[in-house]
Amino acid sequence: MTTAFTGKLEKIDDYRWRIPKSYMPGMRVDGIIYSDEKMLRDIVKDNAPQQIANAAHLPGIVKASMAMPDIHWGYGLPIGGVVATDIEAGGVITPGGVGYDINCGVRLIRTDLSESDVKPRLKDLVDTMFRTVPCGVGSTGDVKLNAAEGKRILTGGARWAVEKGFGWPEDVEHCEERGAMEGADPSKVSSRAHERGSDQSGTLGSGNHFLEVQVVDEIYREDIANILGIRKGQITVMVHTGSRGLGHQVCSDYAEKMIKFLAKFNIKIPDKQLACVPVKSEEGRDYLGAMRAAANFAWANRQRITHLTRKAFEKVFARDARSLGMFLVYDVAHNIAKIEKYDVGGRQKLLCVHRKGATRAFPPGHAELPAAYRGIGQPVIIPGDMGRCSYLLVGTEKAEETFYSTCHGAGRLLSRSAAINLTRGRSIAKELEAKGIIVMWEGRETLQEEVPEAYKNVTEVVDIVQGAGISEKVARMRPMGVVKG
Amino acid sequence: MERYEEIPHTADLAARIFGKNTPELFENAAFAMFDMMANIKDKASSVKRQAPSGKRQMVNVKAADTEGLLIAWLNELLYLSYEKKVFFRDFKIISLKDNELTGEASTLAFPEREERKAEIKAATYHDVRIEKRGGGYEVTVVFDV
Repeated sequence: MTTAFTGKLEKIDDYRWRIPKSYMPGMRVDGIIYSDEKMLRDIVKDNAPQQIANAAHLPGIVKASMAMPDIHWGYGLPIGGVVATDIEAGGVITPGGVGYDINCGVRLIRTDLSESDVKPRLKDLVDTMFRTVPCGVGSTGDVKLNAAEGKRILTGGARWAVEKGFGWPEDVEHCEERGAMEGADPSKVSSRAHERGSDQSGTLGSGNHFLEVQVVDEIYREDIANILGIRKGQITVMVHTGSRGLGHQVCSDYAEKMIKFLAKFNIKIPDKQLACVPVKSEEGRDYLGAMRAAANFAWANRQRITHLTRKAFEKVFARDARSLGMFLVYDVAHNIAKIEKYDVGGRQKLLCVHRKGATRAFPPGHAELPAAYRGIGQPVIIPGDMGRCSYLLVGTEKAEETFYSTCHGAGRLLSRSAAINLTRGRSIAKELEAKGIIVMWEGRETLQEEVPEAYKNVTEVVDIVQGAGISEKVARMRPMGVVKG
Repeated sequence: MERYEEIPHTADLAARIFGKNTPELFENAAFAMFDMMANIKDKASSVKRQAPSGKRQMVNVKAADTEGLLIAWLNELLYLSYEKKVFFRDFKIISLKDNELTGEASTLAFPEREERKAEIKAATYHDVRIEKRGGGYEVTVVFDV
């Protein structure tokens, strides 16, 4: 597992490296890693490039098996992996290309508050958020959903939540897929998955999920920032969470099923976790229906947490959230599969684009963007690790080479046990407090596992995607207060 | 013989599990998973000291091959743990043949928050290979957290 990658890596340019398809029999396309030379030295340490090579075996794969600079080892596709398959040519869909936490994603909420407004009440604010938003191992929400409501969430997503009073109508306009994917099929979600999700709606969960109060401390493109309602010194809130137990169960259920179907479709792949079926098959349609349902559950989750966060701010600042200017900037998924149209070899083709630990980054002019953002490109929200900064980017036309995909975050460097060993005897909360960051958390070892040194430097990751031209930096945010599960 | 050892994994949890024979390997894999979630081997832990409640939990799963059975056994235990809000210990494989497994475990109350170490959400198929090693069997399982 910790064996280094010893295969050949050919430099294409300062930000692109190729694993030639001759590296391994069965590779249908090359692998391409977006990285610089310095980060590449870390990337090869956990053998994630081998997973890029494995993914290149997927039937119908188009152009290349790609990985973003925050790449690290995952199941099937590595985290940071992007793979597109040609649906008409027997292209496949694989749960290993989406991940267990379907639609793990992040949203950015702006406010009209400044650092000087929040600093004197920061402890109270973080404490109120911690008590208002359920978080931690096995966290459960305030409402157990009955079967009928559970199904409505899976088709309605964030729109369901807004209809229920957990948000504002304009929230869904600034959300990928407008907060819910069409084609979700709750009947393809097992009763087990329904049960696991039934009391987890509106919860943060654990691991690297968080809720963060931030201050914008750097603007790189003021013209774009203005359109997004972002300015220097402004307080923002970032929500990072996914589909909780429901998404994990959907992935488990289908990963198991797909292994059985490999023989039916005569598919050979080097890793069981890449088990797949043609998109144009009953089994493929079933997984897509279930995946979309789980994705919608996650959007409903982030919408409910937005609502709870607004409530927390209202309590502390004694003003309603609208007068505090707490509008949603955007919400992105970074574990998902989408059906999108691209020009491949001069022909328009429908592709199944898997983004696993990778974010969609549509360019300016794209029809799917909200009207207000069509001139600037799709906002891309990149959460940093706990204690280090996060970024707001936009998509670019050049990103067509990655099927309009970019990085998703910092990417881990150290295993959880290595992080715990490294930080033995240290009080991470005190170290963060010394930097002016207040953190509240659940879980005995959460802070140690999530310490900044366990992650790549997100600034380096973002600089690479900017250098490669597939995204552009708009603003940087630094943390002031963090709630972690 | 040690039942398992935790091995480094960048993003999640992984364990190398040992057993004299395949049933013991499966029992130790379940032990490893629950021990990594909340200490069940430490004498001082409430999970170790707790008396089991009620009947033993029965588990029956089918899969395409032995590795599939292992992952199905672990994921079934995980699902039951979350659904019933209980914890398991004292695992026993009753029968393991023809790609079907029957096993059982003692049921305990879910551990207190302070006792919980990690939230394992699934046992994955990543690189799962049961291998003969040193007079027994060995397998590495990666768990999604």
